[in-house]
Amino acid sequence: MDYGLLFRSLGAEVILTVTALVVLLMDLKVLKGTPRIYRSMVAGGLLVIGCLGAVIHLNFFIEPAAFSDGMLVQNPLNLLVKKCILFVSLLVGLLAMEVRFTRDVGEYYALMILATIGMLLLAGTENLLLIFIGLELTSLSLYVLAAYDERSKVSAEAGMKYFLFGGMSAAFLLFGMSYLYGMAGSLDLPQIAGVLASKDAQPLLDVAVIMIVIGFGFKLAAVPFHFWAPDVYQAAPVPSAMWIGSVSKVGSVYAFAKILIIGLGDFAWGPGALVWGPMLVLMAVLSMVTGNFAALAQTSVRRLVAYSAIAHAGYLLVGLLGGPVDAYASVIFYVVTYALTTIGLFAVIGALQGKGPDLTFEDFRGLSRRSPLLAVSLFVFVLSLAGIPPLAGFFGKFYLFAAALMSDPDNLQLIGLVVIGILMSAVSLYYYVRLLKYAFVLEKEGAVLRIKSGFIGQSMIALLALCVVGLGCFPDLFMDRLINAVLSVVW
Amino acid sequence: MEWTIYISFLGALGVLLVPEKFTRITALGAAVLGLIIGFNGAIEFGGGPVYQYLVRVSWITSLGIDYSLAVDGISVTMVLLTGLAAIAGVLFSWNIERRIREYFAFYLTLIGGVYGVFLSADLFLLFVFYEIAIVPKYFLIAIWGSTRKEYGAMKLVLYSFVGSALVLIGMIAAYVAAGTGTFDLQSLAATGFSPTIQDWVFPLVFVGFAVLAGMWPFHTWAPTGHVAAPTATSMLLAGVVMKLGAYGALRVAMTLFPEGMLYWRDFIAVLAVIGIVYGALVAWTQKDFKFVIGYSSVSHMGFVLLGLATLNLVGLSGAVLQMFSHGIIAGLLFAVVGRMIYDRTHTRSLEELRTMGLRAKLPFVAIAFTVAGLASMGMPGFSGFVAEVMVIIGAWHSYPILGIIAGAGIVIGVTYTLKTIQLVFYNDEDGSVTEGEELPPITIPEKVGAWMLMLTSLLVGLYPRVLLDWIDPAFQTPMFDGLGKAVGW
Repeated sequence: MDYGLLFRSLGAEVILTVTALVVLLMDLKVLKGTPRIYRSMVAGGLLVIGCLGAVIHLNFFIEPAAFSDGMLVQNPLNLLVKKCILFVSLLVGLLAMEVRFTRDVGEYYALMILATIGMLLLAGTENLLLIFIGLELTSLSLYVLAAYDERSKVSAEAGMKYFLFGGMSAAFLLFGMSYLYGMAGSLDLPQIAGVLASKDAQPLLDVAVIMIVIGFGFKLAAVPFHFWAPDVYQAAPVPSAMWIGSVSKVGSVYAFAKILIIGLGDFAWGPGALVWGPMLVLMAVLSMVTGNFAALAQTSVRRLVAYSAIAHAGYLLVGLLGGPVDAYASVIFYVVTYALTTIGLFAVIGALQGKGPDLTFEDFRGLSRRSPLLAVSLFVFVLSLAGIPPLAGFFGKFYLFAAALMSDPDNLQLIGLVVIGILMSAVSLYYYVRLLKYAFVLEKEGAVLRIKSGFIGQSMIALLALCVVGLGCFPDLFMDRLINAVLSVVW
Repeated sequence: MEWTIYISFLGALGVLLVPEKFTRITALGAAVLGLIIGFNGAIEFGGGPVYQYLVRVSWITSLGIDYSLAVDGISVTMVLLTGLAAIAGVLFSWNIERRIREYFAFYLTLIGGVYGVFLSADLFLLFVFYEIAIVPKYFLIAIWGSTRKEYGAMKLVLYSFVGSALVLIGMIAAYVAAGTGTFDLQSLAATGFSPTIQDWVFPLVFVGFAVLAGMWPFHTWAPTGHVAAPTATSMLLAGVVMKLGAYGALRVAMTLFPEGMLYWRDFIAVLAVIGIVYGALVAWTQKDFKFVIGYSSVSHMGFVLLGLATLNLVGLSGAVLQMFSHGIIAGLLFAVVGRMIYDRTHTRSLEELRTMGLRAKLPFVAIAFTVAGLASMGMPGFSGFVAEVMVIIGAWHSYPILGIIAGAGIVIGVTYTLKTIQLVFYNDEDGSVTEGEELPPITIPEKVGAWMLMLTSLLVGLYPRVLLDWIDPAFQTPMFDGLGKAVGW
């Protein structure tokens, strides 16, 4: 084996690891005693440089290749998803620079970078074990990130909850994976698919699939495995919640889709479909219905975002039920656009959130006067989540549902799911519009207090809003590359 | 003609950028340019049984979605209506002071979306424009409206979105069932979906659109929405937005699923006639001036739906003509009630208005409303008469009994309209008129807007061929082949 080549192929991960170490070192030694904002800028800047370096490396210095039985697979799709993950976590890093909640800035950024490395590992492999390790590296970092606000008890509680649920999910996942390994005799996903292709459904295999679905159900916050989401979204520091709601979603969804589509292969859409199919259907329906109806009743905006995330997990599961090619492409497109929108929404929330622990509708009152930029961006993000054209969220949802139906136009179950999904989007409009009502319609008594938020935050928010509009008007910009990449992987 | 869309969106951007004192002029400029471009495009198009593409470029290649715009006689008619309504709306918004930039930005975005729907030749694109037209309505009503504005706005938006959710389901189903990977309306219309698909998808799409056309029993958003909305928005709601629904039902539901239309037409005809009679009866009993007009809109839109259900050329042309005619007349009625009367008297209660002696104080208003009322109730010489008579003739061929009931609806319409005119303006006899304070005089923009709408209605009423020459051949285009074959015209 050519270790030099392997090292170069892992360049992105290596660059980030070095960045994480440099961030820690700078913070502990070089910048000791300097003001927080200064250290924060340096750490954030390093993160941005690291991510950019990794993207450049992935873009220009990587040849498609595979190493060690699928431990590291550099195919176009993996590379594309890796770039998306890096881009999204770069955005979160930039937005985190101006948020003040801790003095231990270096560790915070280092953990964020570690979490990104975990996601990259999991995106770049076709090996069950490495997928698990990647997930765990991310999760362990995220547990800490969620609890990072040392002044706040609720943040600690959120971290604890996230940890307990996450640990459970890891246990389920590992259990399922071990059975799958036992049945197939391999950790490599294509090999597993090859072995399973000749097998009929059998109880042990069913257990394996069910456990894996449950494990990812936790990660995606699909009902009934969603209980951690509202607390974490509400109480974790804003950048942590942003990360959990975006990058972590992209990686988990990709890993889940990969195991289903590449790892279970024909088995998944053959005899295996009888097991995980109904389960996914049930989870999808419950998520869409519970998420949307629970969101109607929320007064805390961050909890509302959490419930809407649960609903969106439901839509995603509908897409996964479609056939391989379109399901893969539509799910990835959806989750990436969703991640961008969620980051934007959390960025607006972060700009509005004062010292208080919670953010209610009242805090949005008169936003259009207090900060037109934030208000217009909020308008874009919220309507994109609601699925209004010509924004990215609409096209994502549309393609998701179309993909599900195209796989099997006469399948009544799928038709039913799509109908529920679309009607639930109409329900969701009520709470989204209510948020906009506070921002645009209602006005604040007295003098208009303009919102002070940092330059980086404002420009990032504007950039994200442009991305959401741009991807909605010209989805082909991303879609074409995505579909080509998927076609080169799924055959 | 595609520039009607762009000029409106550019105008929306423009009003945000220009200094505040030029906002109104900019908005008016965009609206007038829209009409001029539309008119010019109409002349270039020239009529005849063609569906002429204006733009056709690939937009989302992976799903076969095109950015394609096209016109036929129906589109032309609706574009001209939109142009007129847009100008009138700006003129009657002249007195808006609060947050004026945002107001016209939302207003022109709505107009741009409406133009887009009328010109789209791709189903996906049509849906995109349809939603772009819906969103600004919420803000226009909730921010600048009156009476229970937030409730009215939310109700309207939720109804619209449930409707468009149904359309979206039908749209995805049609796309998948056709299996040709295209959203082009003409190719979808030529597909010939299987009867089972047609029978279940048609009602979704038709009802989804018809919600916005105020079809009974999904009409309840209309009166509350109209009443809550600021004047120009009510004018647009009744004038063009309700037509979006009827247009979508005709352009999408009926051409794509002709068999489904045959299957469900009786049902639609009955609902339409219930709407006509119910709307008229409820309008009769209203005590709020704007509610009278709001329910009368439901009644008159019933004629459009009835015309669609007749499925013969007279009825269909009548339906399209009625869309135009009602757009003009309802705009005028809302302008009189909302801007000319309510903004001056601050009451819409018929009881209070009858004691004010409005005819003496505001003679122009009395004339304008009387003309509008006569046109609305179907006075020969105005557009409403021709259109409703055509619909009833069409109905006479297809549904004689329903035609008679719809005719009775016209009679009720005459009754409540005359009653309202008499109550508000010609009430000097019984001595209840009290001397009140002077009211501000009618401004020039209001007069211009009112004359424009009155003359248009009169022109179309006296010489309906000016529009029918566009509309009639449109039903001979290839797009309506499927429907023509199914019905046999």
